[in-house]
Amino acid sequence: MLEVLRGVVAWFQDPANWRGEEGLVNRLVEHLLLTGTATLFAVLVGLPLAIWLGHIGKGGLLAVNVSNIGRAVPTFAVLLLLSVGPVGTDDLGPYGRAGLATLIALVLFALPPIITNAYVGMREVDADTVQAARGMGMRGGQLLRSVELPLALPLIVTGVRLAVVQVWATATIAALVAGPGLGRIITLGFRRQDVAEVVAGALVVAVFALLLEGLMVLAQRLLDPVARARRTSGPTSSSGEAGGPPTGATADEESARQPAEA
Amino acid sequence: MVRNEWICGEFLSSRSEQLTDAVAQHVWITVVSVLIGLVVALPLALLARRFARLEWLIIGTTTALYTVPSLALFALLLPLTGLTPTTVITGLVLYSLTILVRNIVEGLNAVPADVVEAARGMGYGAGRLLFTVELPLAIPSVMAGLRIATVSTVALTTVGAIVNYGGLGNMLLEAVNTQFRPQVLTASVLCVLLAVTFDLVIVGAQRVMTPWSRGRAA
Repeated sequence: MLEVLRGVVAWFQDPANWRGEEGLVNRLVEHLLLTGTATLFAVLVGLPLAIWLGHIGKGGLLAVNVSNIGRAVPTFAVLLLLSVGPVGTDDLGPYGRAGLATLIALVLFALPPIITNAYVGMREVDADTVQAARGMGMRGGQLLRSVELPLALPLIVTGVRLAVVQVWATATIAALVAGPGLGRIITLGFRRQDVAEVVAGALVVAVFALLLEGLMVLAQRLLDPVARARRTSGPTSSSGEAGGPPTGATADEESARQPAEA
Repeated sequence: MVRNEWICGEFLSSRSEQLTDAVAQHVWITVVSVLIGLVVALPLALLARRFARLEWLIIGTTTALYTVPSLALFALLLPLTGLTPTTVITGLVLYSLTILVRNIVEGLNAVPADVVEAARGMGYGAGRLLFTVELPLAIPSVMAGLRIATVSTVALTTVGAIVNYGGLGNMLLEAVNTQFRPQVLTASVLCVLLAVTFDLVIVGAQRVMTPWSRGRAA
């Protein structure tokens, strides 16, 4: 164990491991680019769709089930299907080898959390509040902008946060199909039977995953004036509507649910 | 040579033994991981419910583990457990904890307070209360978590191919070099079928375990 740790430190100290196409810097840039691009695409496609479906109150079955499907399909399989299929493994500019196949797979796996959370967020907006806004003469667009969206924002942002984490993880798997990203350092280590390299690559992947998650949680806090207001004015009816399955991992949902017990 | 066809009958018949082995490995790795996950999650959930400070720690730790990508988690376990099934199973157990602990805590918290009060009034001790009243009533939430955990475990097992214990993932990894499309498609479809089958089995088990909810649903 100690030997591995020493090997890992030595790996990071060797400048040769940082430079070049196979180097840490290039792989990290690839990985961040892939994550950013895929999340952006998924947000541009998924958010308007989910918000619109939530606004008109249709397509709930699709919006909720898309998450279940996303969970059941292995990312490895999708990446491989795309790369042996028509998309191929050609280089795509800064995205590296099999860049297009990887990007498509990343967007596909970023969509479910974005769509499900945004949809559930829109549907969970208190019906009485919407009714009151209507009574005050608000029409579709105005209702959406100044009532529904602000109230749904926490869950919308949660969806984006889960998507970023998902995309980061999927981009790591791309290395299994000889694709781009930080996972390549891990797979290269396996091929060379160099445990120190495997662990070093994994450490970078894991630390950045936690860092991204932390940043997103922070962004969520800053973006969420409604939850703060809600916390100070006591719990509103956020439970009920058990339509959606637990979409996993959100501290905010947790804290929002706790008052129900008291 | 890249073949154009996605389906190949000859492949299915000539490699049927390898396919069966891969499915068998996939099934036992999934089942063992989820069962260990459940056994570990229950005491963690009870601790989390009992001590508010521990709840924060336990939920926080398992959530953080969940954000670590599977390939990296297996790689980090490599120096500890080597190229063995233990590496894959340990990783999968850690992932399942995130969902299972959360759902068990939620399920227990959702038990109506007056039901607990009534049981206490009838002289139920803590242990009896937990096993005969609270846990049975928490079954729907626990089973919902079990479904999610199992389905995602089936998908994540494929990544275990990196240490040669990925069930159908091994066949996927092999196909990376051969680029043989029927193998990719067959392994992928079998993975999804496996996930759906597990899901249906758990739904069935839940119906058997919660006879009281059946009458209500019908």
